[in-house]
Amino acid sequence: MVTRRVMLRRSAHVAGLLATAGLLPAGARAAWPQAAFDAKNMADAIKALGGAAPVESKDVTLTGPDIAENGAVVPVACACNLAGVKRLALLVEKNPNTLAAVFDVSDALEPSVSTRVKMGQSSNVFAVAMLSDGKVLFAQKEIKVTLGGCGG
Amino acid sequence: MADPMRIRAQAQGDKAVVRVLMSHEMETGQRKDSAGKTIPAWFIQEVTAMHNGTTVLSAEWGPAVAKNPFLQFTIKGAKAGDKITVNWVDNRGEKRSDEAAVT
Repeated sequence: MVTRRVMLRRSAHVAGLLATAGLLPAGARAAWPQAAFDAKNMADAIKALGGAAPVESKDVTLTGPDIAENGAVVPVACACNLAGVKRLALLVEKNPNTLAAVFDVSDALEPSVSTRVKMGQSSNVFAVAMLSDGKVLFAQKEIKVTLGGCGG
Repeated sequence: MADPMRIRAQAQGDKAVVRVLMSHEMETGQRKDSAGKTIPAWFIQEVTAMHNGTTVLSAEWGPAVAKNPFLQFTIKGAKAGDKITVNWVDNRGEKRSDEAAVT
């Protein structure tokens, strides 16, 4: 019979093995840019991602609703029609942490992604494109959030 | 183990549009439960998409991505029958990998 004590000892051993093999979540999460997701504004977030100061550009497009009825599910899409896009990022200005998502796009992918984000309140949303030549461009759009349908 | 992802990949000319719907709580870590205690954050941190085994997209997400996340992207040069694999890892280290064929 396997007692609890034996079981505990075994699991500790297995955990140790996993840690040495780098299989534990802490190891797996190392690539996640914590500093960028902790940033409170766009400039800090982009800097934490290793980008230059963003410049507004018509080559980046951000699509989303003018008014979102439910801030928990706001469909947004960002795209860039220039060549050499390395990264696309979506940011919501007035969320507790500005950065929502970062997409590393390879050459095999059209530089265009859509997803759904959460918004705490009406705010500007930014789409940022980081190009391979070091340029950082952005587009912005104000999205109003109607919470519970009682006006925003 | 989390529920499977729903992946639909449709060929459109020389491209394929991939739509992925993942099943995940995406808890922000900002909400409080009825007892006033903060509900710990639980969200997908990393998503990777592969086309016939080559990584074409990797994404890092914060808790601001909506519950049951939706993701759409377009792969150049993909044709019917190609294999699309999508993986995610959340901040608890849970993983999920699903695949679909381009139709």
